[in-house]
Amino acid sequence: MTTLVEKSATSTVKGFVEVENLSVSFRRKGQCIQVLDGIDFKVHPGEFICLLGPSGCGKSTVLNAIAGFVKPSGGHVFVDKRHVDTPGADRGFVFQQYSLLPWKTTFQNVEFGLKIRGISKTKRSEIVNDYLNRVGLYKHRHSYPHQLSGGMQQRASIIRALVNSPSVLLMDEPFAALDAQTRHMMQELLLSIWSDLKTTVIFVTHDIEEAIFLSDKIFVMGVNPGRIKAVLDAPLDRPRHVDIVLSPEAVQLNRQVFELIREETIKSMEVESL
Amino acid sequence: MSSPSSERSLNPFSLYRLQLILKHCLSFLKSRIISSFNTPLIHSKIFRRVLSLFIFFGVWQLLCMTKFNFFINFEFLPSPLEVVGATVQFFTNDPMQHIRASIVRVLTGFSIAAILGITLGILIGWFQQIEDLVFLPLELLRPIPAVAWIPLAILMFPNSEAGMIYITFIGAFFPILISTIRGVECTDLLLLRVGQCLGATQWHIFKDIVIPGALPSIASGLVIGMGNSWFCLVTAEILAGRYGVGYITWESYVTSNYPPIVMGMLMIGLMGAFSAYAVDRLTCLLMPWRVTKKQPL
Ligand SMILES: Nc1ncnc2c1ncn2[C@@H]1O[C@H](COP(=O)(O)OP(=O)(O)O)[C@@H](O)[C@H]1O
Ligand SMILES: [Mg+2]
Repeated sequence: MTTLVEKSATSTVKGFVEVENLSVSFRRKGQCIQVLDGIDFKVHPGEFICLLGPSGCGKSTVLNAIAGFVKPSGGHVFVDKRHVDTPGADRGFVFQQYSLLPWKTTFQNVEFGLKIRGISKTKRSEIVNDYLNRVGLYKHRHSYPHQLSGGMQQRASIIRALVNSPSVLLMDEPFAALDAQTRHMMQELLLSIWSDLKTTVIFVTHDIEEAIFLSDKIFVMGVNPGRIKAVLDAPLDRPRHVDIVLSPEAVQLNRQVFELIREETIKSMEVESL
Repeated sequence: MSSPSSERSLNPFSLYRLQLILKHCLSFLKSRIISSFNTPLIHSKIFRRVLSLFIFFGVWQLLCMTKFNFFINFEFLPSPLEVVGATVQFFTNDPMQHIRASIVRVLTGFSIAAILGITLGILIGWFQQIEDLVFLPLELLRPIPAVAWIPLAILMFPNSEAGMIYITFIGAFFPILISTIRGVECTDLLLLRVGQCLGATQWHIFKDIVIPGALPSIASGLVIGMGNSWFCLVTAEILAGRYGVGYITWESYVTSNYPPIVMGMLMIGLMGAFSAYAVDRLTCLLMPWRVTKKQPL
């Protein structure tokens, strides 16, 4: 546990994400479709941000552009003042799909990033075991992914990204495939890890409650083309307990966000039916 | 070959005989099967598999003994008992030199095919330029059957041994090559992204993501390739002078001695099945992470 706390002291200085006038378009059947138009936002070190919007509005595309998977057709992304053009270890990613390497055990999966960086074996197993303990996976360290439940796989994916101590952790609907109970557990676990590490997190979700429970700020996205429609503060006290989503402020915020998203969902459906 | 085809085709008497025989067999089998279904034995997998062999050889023996002749003619076919006779004779007459010769040819051809097929397959699957440079010629060679290579094998190689190894090689090479290419090309984009986000270099992506991901496909290529090598053995050993199971098979055909042909066929089938099984087991050892459908979870 000590290493986790040690790291939190150093990681607060990094994790500054700037997205400047980001536009992305895709070619489909010869047509050029603009998916994102002029996305502009900053995320400060240690902040927990949720990108919230109806499905298809371009949330994943924003995240993919920050990760360097997708080339912007306009605008720039900077992480800690460095221009992003290819994927790199400074931006950890947790995918919606289960993405552990099937041929590696839990331990080897989590260890992979450190191995790539050439960290010594003893140091590696110290760090990895520490994280495995933290998320309750130590006793499953020798299991292969197919032997783990969905929740366990996502926990392993999260710490696999975190052992690299990235500047920013990008999470694309990581809990969407889990059942409600597991999802709540995972959200609490994520917050407790984050409060130790203070890594900047950009978390994509379409679940309003999830966004309110997790984030400092919610970026509500609009459709056609994707853009930031509103930025809302989620001023609930931390540490948060699941009940907090039932508090008056949370309910109020929920209603506000719900209206914003509803308009966009209707708009996206109108376009689809054309 | 010599019997006129009119005799072989439908003739009412043999049809009638067939009916009688079938009636007898059915009533006999019925009583046997019904009684065996009530015993716990039938629930044992091994028992069922052994039973399948008995049924296979039993039906074959029966068809030969009754000179079954309805479109397919069993009259001149060696019966299992005759084949057993030929096998006993084969095994009393220094069988190992034949078996060893065949195994060495198949294993050498297969090993070269595995090394070349996997290496080339990985290169073709991973590098577009290499694919562009070699893929078309290989596609051109791929459909050529092993038999068609015999004349060229005689011309190309310094001795018949090398020619025979070449033909068993051809049998194994293409399945291994194609499966490896497919395996490498079908690498999961998601897992590539996982690697990139962890800062993996090309080498790490290759070693820890692409190759393990292609392994199941490569393994099935190896199993098919192993079978195909044996498949080509008779063809290869047409070139042989003295030894080899395929040679015996071919030679017996030339001298119209039929029981050893069937024996040779069965031995090749047996050795082929066994070595393909061995390859399958060995490759499974390399992939402890794999879930197969039949394996209880
Ligand atoms: N690689 C791609 N090629 C073409 N269109 C794409 C591609 N990726 C995403 N899109 C389109 O961009 C839009 C936004 O997608 P995405 O970012 O996945 O939305 P979200 O994550 O909010 O559901 C969708 O209409 C989708 O069809
Ligand atoms: Mg998405």
